[in-house]
Amino acid sequence: MKKRLLALTMAMIMVAGTMAACGGNTDQPADNQGAANQGGGEDPGTPDPGVEPDPGVEPAPEVELVTGGDTLTIYCWNDEFKSRVTDHYADYTAVDATHGTIGDTPVEWIITPNEGNGYQNKLDEDLLNGVGIDLFLIEADYALKYVDAEYTLPISALGIEPSEYADQYQYTKDIVTDSNGVLKGLSWQGCPCVMFYNRSIATEVLGSDDPDTVQAAVKDWDTFNETAAQMVDAGYYMTSSVADTYRVYQNNVTTPWVVDGKINIDANLEKWVEDSMAMVEAKETRTHDLWSDDWSAGFMTANNNVFCYFGPAWFINYSMTPRDDDGNPQAGTIGAIGGWGACVGPQSCYWGGTWICAASTCDNMDLVADIMRELTMNPDVMTEIVEADDDFVNNQPAMEAMAKTDYTSDILGGQNPLPLYCEGVLTLDLSNLTAYDQACNEEFQKAMKDYFDGNATYEEALERFYNAVQTKHPELTY
Amino acid sequence: MKSKKSKVVAFNKWGYIFLIPFVVVYSIFQLIPLFTTIYNSFFENYRSGLTVIGPTFIGIDNFGKLFSDKNIWIYFGNTMLMWIIGFLPQILISLLLGAWFSDNRLRLKASGFFKTVIYLPNLIMASAFSLLFFALLSDGGPINSILIALHLRTEPFHFFSSITASRVIVGFINFLMWFGNTTILLMAGMLGIDTSLYEAAEVDGANSRQKFFRVTLPLLRPILIYVVITSLIGGLQMFDVPQILTKGAGSPAGSTMTLIMHLNQHLYSKNLGMGGALSVVLFVLTGILSIIVFKMSGFKLEDD
Repeated sequence: MKKRLLALTMAMIMVAGTMAACGGNTDQPADNQGAANQGGGEDPGTPDPGVEPDPGVEPAPEVELVTGGDTLTIYCWNDEFKSRVTDHYADYTAVDATHGTIGDTPVEWIITPNEGNGYQNKLDEDLLNGVGIDLFLIEADYALKYVDAEYTLPISALGIEPSEYADQYQYTKDIVTDSNGVLKGLSWQGCPCVMFYNRSIATEVLGSDDPDTVQAAVKDWDTFNETAAQMVDAGYYMTSSVADTYRVYQNNVTTPWVVDGKINIDANLEKWVEDSMAMVEAKETRTHDLWSDDWSAGFMTANNNVFCYFGPAWFINYSMTPRDDDGNPQAGTIGAIGGWGACVGPQSCYWGGTWICAASTCDNMDLVADIMRELTMNPDVMTEIVEADDDFVNNQPAMEAMAKTDYTSDILGGQNPLPLYCEGVLTLDLSNLTAYDQACNEEFQKAMKDYFDGNATYEEALERFYNAVQTKHPELTY
Repeated sequence: MKSKKSKVVAFNKWGYIFLIPFVVVYSIFQLIPLFTTIYNSFFENYRSGLTVIGPTFIGIDNFGKLFSDKNIWIYFGNTMLMWIIGFLPQILISLLLGAWFSDNRLRLKASGFFKTVIYLPNLIMASAFSLLFFALLSDGGPINSILIALHLRTEPFHFFSSITASRVIVGFINFLMWFGNTTILLMAGMLGIDTSLYEAAEVDGANSRQKFFRVTLPLLRPILIYVVITSLIGGLQMFDVPQILTKGAGSPAGSTMTLIMHLNQHLYSKNLGMGGALSVVLFVLTGILSIIVFKMSGFKLEDD
């Protein structure tokens, strides 16, 4: 009898437990809806007259800001923007790791790491479902995906005039201008790349580590390749991997990746394949992936076998020269002994950068606009960012003024790299961006690696590339 | 007699109640997704950036597209090849270890300890395993340093640029992860064999090789079939090791791209139609392969 009672009780608990699990779910989704509806009334497609003189665009109607939302919700993929806001946006008070306040408005940070496309997956899902996002960040590689969608507000809808951001570099505005010429994001960073060369190798092979001498040896791709042959004779690699030069060639294309729904390979990329194959065959470079240990081995004095890398300010200051706990350059890196030099290189390019966008569900437009104004337009705050964080900021007069000062970099052996960055950034032309760039760039490099490694012919590699891009974007043809 | 019958019925009732959690969990996480996957495979439904395209009913167009792409066969071949590379050593080593551990006459000391040790690799995540091997075999890694120090090579061997090496590495990691599990299963089967049969064989003058091939193997067949089928199904679903090892690229030249990795590529564009079609094909394929193995081994489904 006791056993039976026990069994009965257990069975009842089991049934009840199963039922309870079913019941708990029903009232959850309601939470998200409330916030979403508040900003929904705003027309996201408001055209902006000021940015690009597009004849077809009508003048903007009187801007009406949606304000007073409950929470300012910010989507991003790491702590960088949060620390910029915490350090340089005066009205922000941090509460804990993912919460803060601006005045009376609570701020919530939703941080989803980039790994495995995680950030974009989360952002896509929440934008499509109208979850109340106010502000989100994007990167250049996939900027157009969000800029060319109705889920991102034009900058003009926030009441920001073109005259306010006139000092920003044009390329940073090109990246986030949609196909109708409407500006939809702003950045506080500029990320022009220069060529960083190993001073000791330059002295040994080229006879001098002076930036002008080195620049003369790499002034265009033909000269660059001739110098590469010299490096091999002396027992060095010209670049660590074919991936190093990819960005430089790719940023200087004259046609976009996709033309009328058809995948298009620019002549400059074909030149990259040709030049890289020649370099790999001559053992002037290798085929390692970017960020792999083998690729970054050339950052260390113990190896000291790679002549040059291409990158922006953050790359030399943090990636090539990681910091120890005290914030000093890590011992054992070439940067710690000031062993790098900088010159413009064969062509200019940019790498990275973060843009601030307002979501169409934004119900704190005044706050978002103010954050944009402070971080991306206020010269005082921006100079502060350069000094505190070694960043290159998106303000032409401020950067050109700093380039004329006696600022020097210890990592670069006492050289002032700012004039180089300022020079390179002006030559950037990003009119050929498409929303497919991220997929195309990733897959093109993956496919060509097989060609360089001798595992596929060029035609086979191209076929793999087309297939891979089509899998990611089924609407494209080739 | 009558009371006994009613008791059986009563027990059945309790049985059903205790089955509820399983049935509920199974329906929600297995059965319903299975049917929605089949349903989805008949629709065009994907995302282009933030634009949702579909769902539009397109019949079996997804399947047509799937099979018109010759790559699907290459990926199937890759999957099977890497499974065999891992499974052959796995089943041989496991049989050997199982025979040793279950042999009463050997009386291995500390067999509990060794059984635990050989099972341990299975507890390590496949991703951790892959990353470990990636570091070990990289150009500047310890294996290449040793090869160069021993003057076996003058420059590093690019393991992950070689088609054969990459496939063998994937197979080897899978072997290392699963041979402990297989050993435990086979050992359980071997311990279930009546010892009087061995004694009888010994009386008849059988040596240990004859005992293994004439007594152990035939009686082990049901367990062996189970091991082959589960491993085959697991092999068809191979994903984590090659995915992490090649960062989802199936490099070099797609030679380590498995069917599930290809399925994962479709999810980049949230392509439920093509993803669903590929899943259905895999489902059917798994079913067919299982039936073939059943038939080949003469195993009757009605047998106890």
